Amino acid sequence: MTTRPARAASPAAGGRAETGGRAADAEPAGFNAAADRTKNPAKARAKAAGRKPAGLRAAWLAGGFVAVAVALVAGIAFGPVTLPPGGVAAELLNLIPGVRLHSGLTEREVAIVTALRLPRVVLGLLVGAMLALAGAAYQGVFRNPLADPHLLGVAAGAGLGVTAVIAARSGTGDVTADLPFGVPLAAFVGAVGAVVLTWLLGAAGGRARTPATLILSGVAVSAFLAAAQTYVMQRHTDSLREVYAWLLGRLATAGWHDVLIVLPYAAVTGIIVLAHRRELDVLTVGDEEASALGLHPQRSRYLLVVAASLGTAAAVSVSGLIGFVGIIVPHTLRLLAGPSYRSILPLSVLFGGAFLALTDLVARTVASPAEIPIGVVTAFFGAPFFAVVLRRIKG
Amino acid sequence: MITVRGLRVRLGGAAVVDGVDLDVADGEWVTVIGPNGAGKSTVLRAVGGLLPYTGTIALGGAPLESLSRRDRARTVATVPQHPVVPPAMLVYDYVLLGRTPYIRALGRESASDLAVVGEVLGALDLEGFAERRLDTLSGGERQRAFLARALAQGARTLLLDEPTSALDIGHQQEVLELVDRLRRERGLTVLATMHDLSTAGEYADRLVLLAGGRVVAHGTAREVLTEDLLAEHYRVRVKVVDGEQGPLVVPVRR
Repeated sequence: MTTRPARAASPAAGGRAETGGRAADAEPAGFNAAADRTKNPAKARAKAAGRKPAGLRAAWLAGGFVAVAVALVAGIAFGPVTLPPGGVAAELLNLIPGVRLHSGLTEREVAIVTALRLPRVVLGLLVGAMLALAGAAYQGVFRNPLADPHLLGVAAGAGLGVTAVIAARSGTGDVTADLPFGVPLAAFVGAVGAVVLTWLLGAAGGRARTPATLILSGVAVSAFLAAAQTYVMQRHTDSLREVYAWLLGRLATAGWHDVLIVLPYAAVTGIIVLAHRRELDVLTVGDEEASALGLHPQRSRYLLVVAASLGTAAAVSVSGLIGFVGIIVPHTLRLLAGPSYRSILPLSVLFGGAFLALTDLVARTVASPAEIPIGVVTAFFGAPFFAVVLRRIKG
Repeated sequence: MITVRGLRVRLGGAAVVDGVDLDVADGEWVTVIGPNGAGKSTVLRAVGGLLPYTGTIALGGAPLESLSRRDRARTVATVPQHPVVPPAMLVYDYVLLGRTPYIRALGRESASDLAVVGEVLGALDLEGFAERRLDTLSGGERQRAFLARALAQGARTLLLDEPTSALDIGHQQEVLELVDRLRRERGLTVLATMHDLSTAGEYADRLVLLAGGRVVAHGTAREVLTEDLLAEHYRVRVKVVDGEQGPLVVPVRR
């Protein structure tokens, strides 16, 4: 996948279809002061003409795939039983049809790789990719660097939806009958409801809407939804343990079941959001100017919010509330790889997935044999990071 | 060519523009003047298709509402009074945003889009700034970048809302001379709003004086910039003297 367009033609070869001008080569008089910085105007012109638009650079894309590969191998190699990373890599390659490598692993170790750890690491990659992609999309849609599935109340809304479903099912003994529809859909309804509520509350202040007001409304909405969730839990104490374990955020070792639940939603979200990567760049100039440039800004916003909420809901429904991934990953990428959503969005998928898979590795190894809930680990890194972001936008 | 008849715009329940007629011929520069709140910017935004209105607006004979958003953006380009400056965006990428109406939904820039941007950067002497961040440029440089994005739209009609309000007199002149040169070279039609009356008169072919959402005077600078008209509508005593390029308006302390 690449977003690079073909190399630009020179102005002479490309021609100028629309502007109908005659002055391309005329040296404008009276502008020499401004042109002083350009030591060699002809060279600068050639460079400007041959330049590519901001976007995904191949080196970053390669870096993203390396990060995913490292997370995959490390996440599988380390655990209660440590396996040689080389053997793990060989076994993973053996999954590709037609590849036949000697990994040196025993039959039991191969089973650990393919049946136990691989599904969990893949789930981590998927959930991390969704949370980071959704965070980046929300940041673009709301033009707010602090937007994140958690801070907007989206995760809390999804949480309420899932809690309600778990509570309702607990009496019937049907808890594990997780059809791909029930839980993610309840989470989706909760997520979209929450983001709409946050947006309306943030808009209630009229024109004084700032990054802070939106986040404050997100806090209020989250608190309200959390209270509602607590109420539901208290009414169904029999399901308390299950809900609580889910709430803290966890990636279950439950075979491919959870992966299959998330996958269709992740695909839809990924396609919609990634297809809008250029539009998100245009939206950075605001609705009125984007509209003057020929877009339907509101339509794009609604679609992107729904898509990002769908991805968040799917992630939350299998992994619980894992915070801060949606802010740490896109933000680091924005600082390192540039502000264009053409690079932030695809890289968020890769690095978000790698980040969460590695975080999960930390969560299940540092206090081994006990497992720290992964949400605790991301919050541990994420909260200080959030403070850094806050400082940057103030300055 | 811009043709406006009986334009009415209501904002927040009040009629901000109340029955405006306006004509701008092909290649002409018309500047709308008037006191604060007269409705100057609102007229411009309506002509740019950015506000709901009643009455008729036609661009080159085609009714504005008959144009799709993309076609509209290829026909008329707006430079707002305070354009949003996206954080950390490079000038090149900012100017490239002007090609949006030529890029299919979900598509990306073609070689000809990049060529147009290269040409516009050249025409505005911005090549040396292509790799600079827009938010690090000075006021005059930024104004040129805003103009460059509008030009990249390839529209024949340019709407400029207070294009010089943030600039010192040297850069004001630089930007206005630039607009005038581009207008002549590319046959652009320019509709602008301005506060500085003398400067407005020097650059525009005709002036339109707006007050309370209505046109109260229109014509050449000499016809509109009179002591009586300005005293009545700006509630200020002014002296109008003859300059090399037309009347110069000097406010007199009361």
